[in-house]
Amino acid sequence: MIALVDGDSFYVSCERAFDPHLEGLPVGVLSNNDGCVVARSRELKALGVAMGAPLHQLPPAIRRQAVLLSSNYALYGDVSRRMNQVLAEFSPAVELYSIDESFVHFSGFDPGALEAHCQRLRETVRRWTGIPAGVGLAPTRVLAKLANRLTKREPAYEGVCRLEADSDATRRLLERLPVAELWGVARRTAERLQLMGIETAWQLRQADPKWIRGAFSVVLERIVWELRGHPSIELENMLQPRQRILVSRSFGRLSDALADLQAATRQHATRAAEKLRRQGSLARAVLVFVRTNPHRLQDAQYANSHVVALPEPCNDTPTILAAARRALAAIFLEGHRYQKCGVMLLDLVDAERRQLSLLEEPADARRRDRSRRLMAALDHLNREMGRDTVRFGLPHQDNAWALRCQRRTQRYTTCWKELVTVKTG
Amino acid sequence: MSLVPLSALRIVGRTATSPTPQYLPLLGCRVRAGFPSPADDHLDGDLNLHEYVVRRPASTYFVRAEGDSMQGDGIHDRDLLVVDRSLEPLPGRVIVIAVDGELTVKRLAHQRGRTVLLASNPRFAPIPLEGRECHVWGVVTHVIHALPGAPA
Repeated sequence: MIALVDGDSFYVSCERAFDPHLEGLPVGVLSNNDGCVVARSRELKALGVAMGAPLHQLPPAIRRQAVLLSSNYALYGDVSRRMNQVLAEFSPAVELYSIDESFVHFSGFDPGALEAHCQRLRETVRRWTGIPAGVGLAPTRVLAKLANRLTKREPAYEGVCRLEADSDATRRLLERLPVAELWGVARRTAERLQLMGIETAWQLRQADPKWIRGAFSVVLERIVWELRGHPSIELENMLQPRQRILVSRSFGRLSDALADLQAATRQHATRAAEKLRRQGSLARAVLVFVRTNPHRLQDAQYANSHVVALPEPCNDTPTILAAARRALAAIFLEGHRYQKCGVMLLDLVDAERRQLSLLEEPADARRRDRSRRLMAALDHLNREMGRDTVRFGLPHQDNAWALRCQRRTQRYTTCWKELVTVKTG
Repeated sequence: MSLVPLSALRIVGRTATSPTPQYLPLLGCRVRAGFPSPADDHLDGDLNLHEYVVRRPASTYFVRAEGDSMQGDGIHDRDLLVVDRSLEPLPGRVIVIAVDGELTVKRLAHQRGRTVLLASNPRFAPIPLEGRECHVWGVVTHVIHALPGAPA
């Protein structure tokens, strides 16, 4: 069995964990410079504020009621790291999928005891980090993702929902689920499926896998198998939804050399930046993770991750490389045999809809324009002449790392001067 | 002013002279039960204060105390507190608790069948928890107090 564990309204929950005043209030987290809402509490959603809504378009009445904070990636990254450490107490095989979601593998565990195990896991995440989490438990990733979504809709599950591949409950669920809402099914694929008469997840499950592979792709065929309860998808092969990009790979052999991790991180970051530009997005932060091989019981285990916020939403390879390099430097520990590392681009925004910052200088615009043309030329060369025809040797120096973030809360867990204050009187 | 007799002090070892600064999030590694801990090799080595006060890195947080009402427990204004969120808030323990949204540090106690928060300064009356919006945030395990004249 596999569990997908995610933190509810993750950024907002991180803020609430350190400032209990925020409990019950409509809270939103904004991107650092351009003022879009990137996370919403339940209360803010109830006020009708949409994901990605620009701050300046919110009605004054809502702005008065709501608490709107700049994103505090140092805090979110640290809480995410702690959450994964808690998960590692419950299973040796934890896979980071995004800053607020991880897959936890339970092969070899007693299936009958798994729900109780997951309830303890959830309670422990809550106690140790303050984050309310949901756990979707199922035989495959695609079903686990669905089960996780049910925990959000049905409070009766108390945060842990288990879906079997062949139960009536799963069948009823799949029959009602539009195929477009399945994890890994892109919108355009869903439209083509509908033209062929496949409108629900259940119809996709019943389709002939070979035919699906021929008419669509291997990935969609694998989704069919996953819906039937046969694990077929590796994270690396998974289509990424437009909100995040993940590039990671296991090393061919274990390595304890910083240079190896740097080279791999650089390659992943380069690839992630290419994907980002291809889909016309900008990223706001870069997460890097490393881990040892959890199946080598004789080795000391280590897994860690770190998030670096970008100075502004961007798709510029050198900037992303520099951030990834800093993130890796923050978590690399000597003396471990690493098996895997990965780069995740977080909180993506449409490049077209990016708003100009009020603080922007003409020089910034010129620099961005130059970067845009450089990246376009680079992508063109690499597309025409083959991957890695043109590459970045070393990223340019970090220059403007200071973020403009007037509404940012304290970096409660990573900065001595910004710790939580507790009153004695 | 009297000198502390030397017999009252016991030397336990050298402090770590790690050239790299130790930050809180650094201890990410877990050691599987039943296998030798890599830390065993260092038992006769340097002492690391972080290892001493942080038992569970994932659930341990540093917070800053404000105010003087917990001086009886050795907690002074501006002291650094080590808080472990994984520990049970048992009576007698000093805890961080959110009372009506405010994080406060107090000793948890039972008095005449009621759960109360005690300040360690007798001028403050016990705070009964009934009827208040509150939830435990964590348990204070250590206080780090800088003495007058110590560099900040």
